[in-house]
Amino acid sequence: MGDIKFMKGNEALAEAAIRAGMQGYFGYPITPQSEVVEYLALQEPKHDFVLVQAESEVASINMVYGAAGAGARTMTTTSSPGFSLMQEGMSYIACAELPCVVVNVVRGGPGLGTIQPGQGDYFQAVKGGGHGDYRLIVLAPNSVQEMADHTMLAFDLADQYRNPVLILSDGAIGQIMEKVELPDPVTTKIEKPWASTGKTPDRPRNVITSLYIKPEDMEQKNIELQAKYRKIEASEVRFEEYLLDDAEVVIMAYGVTSRICKKVVDLGREKGVKMGLLRPITLWPFPVERVAQLAAQERVRMFVTAEMNAGQMVEDVRLAANGRKPVYSTGRMGGILPTPEEILDFSLQHMK
Amino acid sequence: MKTGYEKIYERPDTLLSTRMHYCPGCMHAIVHKLIAELIDEMKLQEKTVGVCPVGCSVFAYDYIDIDWQEAAHGRAAALATAIKRMLPDRLVFSYQGDGDLAAIGTAETIHACNRGEQFTFIFINNAIYGMTGGQMAPTTLEGMKTTTSPYGRLAKTAGMPLKMCELVSQFDGVAFAQRVSCNNPANVRRTKKAIQRAFEIQQQGLGTTFVEVVSNCPSNWKCTPEVSLQKVKEEMLPYFPLGVYKEPRS
Amino acid sequence: MLKEMIFSGFGGQGVLSMGKLLAYAAMKEGKEVSWMPSYGPEMRGGTANCMVNISDRQISSPIVTEYDVVVVLNQPSLDKFESRVKKGGTLIWESTTIKNGPTRDDIHVVPLPAIDKATNELKNVKVMNMLVLGALVKLEPVVNRESLITALKDTLPKRYHNLIPLNEEAIEMGMSLVKDN
Repeated sequence: MGDIKFMKGNEALAEAAIRAGMQGYFGYPITPQSEVVEYLALQEPKHDFVLVQAESEVASINMVYGAAGAGARTMTTTSSPGFSLMQEGMSYIACAELPCVVVNVVRGGPGLGTIQPGQGDYFQAVKGGGHGDYRLIVLAPNSVQEMADHTMLAFDLADQYRNPVLILSDGAIGQIMEKVELPDPVTTKIEKPWASTGKTPDRPRNVITSLYIKPEDMEQKNIELQAKYRKIEASEVRFEEYLLDDAEVVIMAYGVTSRICKKVVDLGREKGVKMGLLRPITLWPFPVERVAQLAAQERVRMFVTAEMNAGQMVEDVRLAANGRKPVYSTGRMGGILPTPEEILDFSLQHMK
Repeated sequence: MKTGYEKIYERPDTLLSTRMHYCPGCMHAIVHKLIAELIDEMKLQEKTVGVCPVGCSVFAYDYIDIDWQEAAHGRAAALATAIKRMLPDRLVFSYQGDGDLAAIGTAETIHACNRGEQFTFIFINNAIYGMTGGQMAPTTLEGMKTTTSPYGRLAKTAGMPLKMCELVSQFDGVAFAQRVSCNNPANVRRTKKAIQRAFEIQQQGLGTTFVEVVSNCPSNWKCTPEVSLQKVKEEMLPYFPLGVYKEPRS
Repeated sequence: MLKEMIFSGFGGQGVLSMGKLLAYAAMKEGKEVSWMPSYGPEMRGGTANCMVNISDRQISSPIVTEYDVVVVLNQPSLDKFESRVKKGGTLIWESTTIKNGPTRDDIHVVPLPAIDKATNELKNVKVMNMLVLGALVKLEPVVNRESLITALKDTLPKRYHNLIPLNEEAIEMGMSLVKDN
């Protein structure tokens, strides 16, 4: 038995970051993620990491840039409006290929919005968000356990691909308390010979940069980045399936909504409708092939996506289904969780 | 072979032989050389990480042979904060222009100073945006013509030029602040001394160190290098007085 | 078994901590639990609530809109949540301070003079929430009494451990004030 605790999602994430060997945390308070900073501030004296409460999210993300460039495992956490402020930095970090973990505990928007849970930042997370062509690896935890597990995974993926990893959580998963088995602390340290730590005679100077002033150089950099992204797409797709083997209706949801949709599947099956759930765990890379396979199966009649937004992931599902099966979108906006009954009713209506 | 000449000067080892892109007469080249000399003399090459900004000195990493990080416009202080926090035994400096340090990056500058972050700001103040082609900077002098203040800077609408040395010296976190220039050989020597002091105080861990170099921009001031030096003396220095603004408490 | 519950009252009445204690006790008994607080600008004096779900299986939604058990400690909470009790569910309401009681007849309504009892008999109004919790576990045996006491010991900071006997007494009193469902 590991270390079992009753914790908030935000706290489990913070504790996991410590156990992942995070060396630098830089953040700015914002609801509903402030427990991360608060938890880390309490733990700081007992551990060997640095915590800086930055003057803004703009500063936080650039501190992450500096720390990652210096070879440290580093993280920042925020919520929607703060993540918008970070987009410039995300683009620079992606281009400079700096490994780091960024967490967005999403609330309802747009604008100042509401502090209640939301999923309206899907496009921003998976399509780039900042300027230029780049991708983040995006993980979508749906439990307190996964807040911890994904944090460990995020640090590893970041280092493995030298790419920023985004944990796209939501206010519900951040605030909820559940049982969590905490992962064992990481003890191995990863060599980062590319980091800017002081030039030694045995190597040329290391320059962390996203500046490629000549178009030919910039194109070459883009080609390299795209090659890396294809590799990630080939190796890192993660998803969870629930009762898909005989499903005629495929429900798709991520984060807190995916838990609600599990209940939808159960309720649907009680009514004799063969429903199943496909839950992307990585929102990028998206489980394109699995959706395409399902769309090609005769028994699958349709897809229903449920999100706490106006319908964002639905576009990726439609691209993957490529017209073979109808894809319908439902959900709630404004920080309201859809009920299982709402999603079920919506699905049943479209079966007629 | 005897030539009858004595070698009294050579390019510092840390200064790469790459041809600089700076305009003739620009003080960036002098300040780069001074930094490289100091890194050689203080034997700091293996210990130094520089942060270069967006602006004319964006390519500083092509000239000085140390590890660098290239920051987004205005964010050098945030990067330098984190680098120094992660690597406390290294020498960390940011090299920033006026638009970078005193306009888009003011928040990062002030908060790094207030926290007493243990790195050195090298602030090149030439009162104009050089790289983007001569627009008004936060330190553009009153009445000075730029492409975005074609009739001269109006204090009524644009405010007065920001005096950064005076400003940052207010913070307890700042251990050392000095304003220097490179408009004549004596001042070049003073600039080198100021940067050396800043580096030493940084190594002693006494607080933030800040060196403002009142600089020139012959291209965008639309004058010869010689005239630009005159303007530094007659127009810049009266408003931006040279001197030590903050000393570590003894 | 799945019990979906909400605890609601003024900030400072201990609604968040009673829900947390119950969820923790159930977790220790090997059940699946979730605790979800209302969060927002109302730190003191405003209405605070938390949802607690206890189940044998993984909890699908930590946020629900209808509840098996509703515990309300002030008038605004009763006004807000009375309609959200599932048919046949349980509504426990604090009857010392709530003037306009519930009106539904398709649910199990339990008035509890918790503030009066805690103030006058236990001489400490702060343990009112434990009294309510005692009544709750008597009515809805989602956890046993011992688990609650163990949970108190696990979760209370050491400096408050001298208060555990008083809390225990409050739980007992709450249990004695109600009959089994």
